[in-house]
Amino acid sequence: MIVHSIFFYFFSVIAIFSSLMVITSRSTINSVFFLILDFISVGCLFIMVGAEFLGMILLIVYVGAVAVLFLFVVMMLNVAEQKQSWFIGKKSTHIPTGLIVSVLILLELLVVVGGWKYKEDLMSSSKLILSNVSNTHQLGLVMYTDYILYFQLAGVVLLLAMIGAILLTFRERVGVKKQSYINQISRNPSSSIELVEAKSNQGVKVDD
Amino acid sequence: MIEYLQILGQEIYKIIFLLVPILVSVAMIVWLDRRVWGLVQKRRGPNVVGPFGLLQTLADALKYIFKEIIIPASANKVVFILAPIVTMTLALVAWAVIPMSENLVLADINVGILYLFAVSSLGVYGIIMGGWASNSKYPFLGAIRSAAQMVSYEVSIGIIIINVLLCVGSLNLNEIVIAQKELWYVIPLFPMFVIFFISALAETNRPPFDLPEAEAELVAGYQTEYSGMMYAMFWLGEYANILLMCAMGSILFLGGWLPIMDVYPLNVIPAPLWMILKILFLFLLFALIKAIVPRYRYDQLMRLGWKIFLPFSLIYLVLTASFLFYFDKLPKVSI
Repeated sequence: MIVHSIFFYFFSVIAIFSSLMVITSRSTINSVFFLILDFISVGCLFIMVGAEFLGMILLIVYVGAVAVLFLFVVMMLNVAEQKQSWFIGKKSTHIPTGLIVSVLILLELLVVVGGWKYKEDLMSSSKLILSNVSNTHQLGLVMYTDYILYFQLAGVVLLLAMIGAILLTFRERVGVKKQSYINQISRNPSSSIELVEAKSNQGVKVDD
Repeated sequence: MIEYLQILGQEIYKIIFLLVPILVSVAMIVWLDRRVWGLVQKRRGPNVVGPFGLLQTLADALKYIFKEIIIPASANKVVFILAPIVTMTLALVAWAVIPMSENLVLADINVGILYLFAVSSLGVYGIIMGGWASNSKYPFLGAIRSAAQMVSYEVSIGIIIINVLLCVGSLNLNEIVIAQKELWYVIPLFPMFVIFFISALAETNRPPFDLPEAEAELVAGYQTEYSGMMYAMFWLGEYANILLMCAMGSILFLGGWLPIMDVYPLNVIPAPLWMILKILFLFLLFALIKAIVPRYRYDQLMRLGWKIFLPFSLIYLVLTASFLFYFDKLPKVSI
């Protein structure tokens, strides 16, 4: 039990420390690396409480995909320079916006955690059947039966977000040569070779 | 507390007995790779150091150890040094869950396949970190290419894994192997096996998908600025990852440590040997493909990943699910 709590404090100290470093470190690249460390230690905490499926999915989705894209963006755009101008400019709206969002998130957390703590029948949730069934099975049993509607709804919302992001960045570019495999394969001599009688001193006009 | 330390001691003993064979086999596999490559091209390949040139990799390693490690002046030093360490650690850490037989596995965890998938998806960090920290053009371009490539091929690998999991009903690697006692999944899921194999090539940056280190255009990609032991660590990590992908393929599709048929002369051969044989078979395919297939163009690579593999594996997933549902063969959960 002692060892368990040692590990718990170890991971949670790392998680809190790295999340503080994310917002205080000067270099944006370092903050992304600390964000990754944060995700990993939170994943370890998930595994420690027995939610092995959630922990692994956190690693796969956030560390394996989301943080890679973060790192990408930070490396490609020179965010470090922009960051300076965020704080120096007087008309900066980033800090008020950030404050409003974080206060909202704090309130939401208070409502959810407080409600769950002091009023147990706040949400009519079906209890997980605790037996020798594995964690993944339990999650699936709840998610695909009682909460199938919400689950599918979340999927639709994500799909909409994806389509929106694609639409925002999609633009039809002109003058780009595209390779069409079907056209390449279906070419034959009769459609691509043309015999032209070239007259002397006149040449042939080739139009492309 | 003391009890725990004793357990830790035993585990360290086990870990060393797992890591040393892996490192040795990585060395051997590098030799095999170069040898096959040479033979395909009608060269001899490495054949001077030791019998059949078997000690060539050790000689190379010795050479790397004695070489100077050069850190570019404009590099981000911490990240630069961290990158090869991350690559190699992640490649070795994943081996903890690979079962060599029913009992011969370091950590028999419930979500083994997810762990494997997670660790292999973290592998991209070593490359991005190395490429960015070098602060040089070629490594950065190589890192960007490889990150895009690895992220896109992971998606189809994930869906292929779901295909297998639908048939098994468990995320435990040993149970995946045992579920193939009647029939290896390579037979009903053959198209998925092919796609998995090709995606594994892309995931490990092997030819024909070795664009991150395409020497004709990018010198050596993300490894350009590395030298000495740090380069060797990248190299070791890369080959350990290739072996890992082979092990994953043999567990998911070729029945892991199970013999081909449960008949007399075959089932006497111990289970770990079967596993090793299957890994070697897959690696031989990897090596042959390196020698005979030309490199892909980058847009073709992306097209293959997103427009062909992803839709195809999704459709196959729907087919597998409907087949299992219709014939009532879905794995049951006992509550």
